[in-house]
Amino acid sequence: MSLQAELEQYRNVLIVRLRGELDHHTADVVRYKMEEAILRGGSVHVILSLKELQFMDSSGLGVILGRYKQVKSKGGKMVVCDVNPSVHRLFELSGLFKILTIHDNERSAISSLEVVS
Amino acid sequence: MNGMNEMTLSFSARSENEAFARVAVAAFVSQLDPTLEELNDLKTAVSEAVTNAIIHGYESDESCKVTIEATIEGDCVSITVSDNGRGIEDLELARQPLFTSKPELERSGMGFTIMENFMDRFEVSSLMGGGTRVMMLKRIESKKALYN
Repeated sequence: MSLQAELEQYRNVLIVRLRGELDHHTADVVRYKMEEAILRGGSVHVILSLKELQFMDSSGLGVILGRYKQVKSKGGKMVVCDVNPSVHRLFELSGLFKILTIHDNERSAISSLEVVS
Repeated sequence: MNGMNEMTLSFSARSENEAFARVAVAAFVSQLDPTLEELNDLKTAVSEAVTNAIIHGYESDESCKVTIEATIEGDCVSITVSDNGRGIEDLELARQPLFTSKPELERSGMGFTIMENFMDRFEVSSLMGGGTRVMMLKRIESKKALYN
């Protein structure tokens, strides 16, 4: 099992859908793909859509935290949606919810960002 | 289940083996009929320990080997992940949440915290130049208990 990252540009929002397993081995791909899209693309905000993310460990937290800093430094917001219970627990344990807002699905994530921008 | 059931696994310190290691341990433990949550806890803890061995213990030298020993005894599973790598200089500091010796690699510094939280017992011993050994134990509240 590896990881697929699907990136979609929606207005000024970059939607990143992660499918599979996010660990140390697969974190680099996510990092480079997102880094490039944030740098080159016109998006200000990022939605991390995690419905089909089956596994994540602290390496995933690291890459998410890294992108959060990148987005924030450009004045954008990063939100997450469709978080399964085990990923939810990791976010809780690491205090990531203090900086990332959580939404039920992509739609409510998008509308929350449209209010912001 | 009576008596002990053991397994040992030794594999190259390559990042693609992180998934292999956690899936192998999960398959071994599945005979205790764990819940999905218990299985996920175990997989996450194993993933953290193996990743630490690869990144920190061996500094990504793929010619080195990581060893996992797992023992099932009653409804408990104990897992030891060991490497013969460089060792941890300051264990106290390494166990602090959010501490990482490799911030440039975007490490979150949550590995030990996750292992401690996801398992029932957790111990780590390390010797500079002599490697690191992580010992973890988890009791599987077998789903069978529900029917008794």
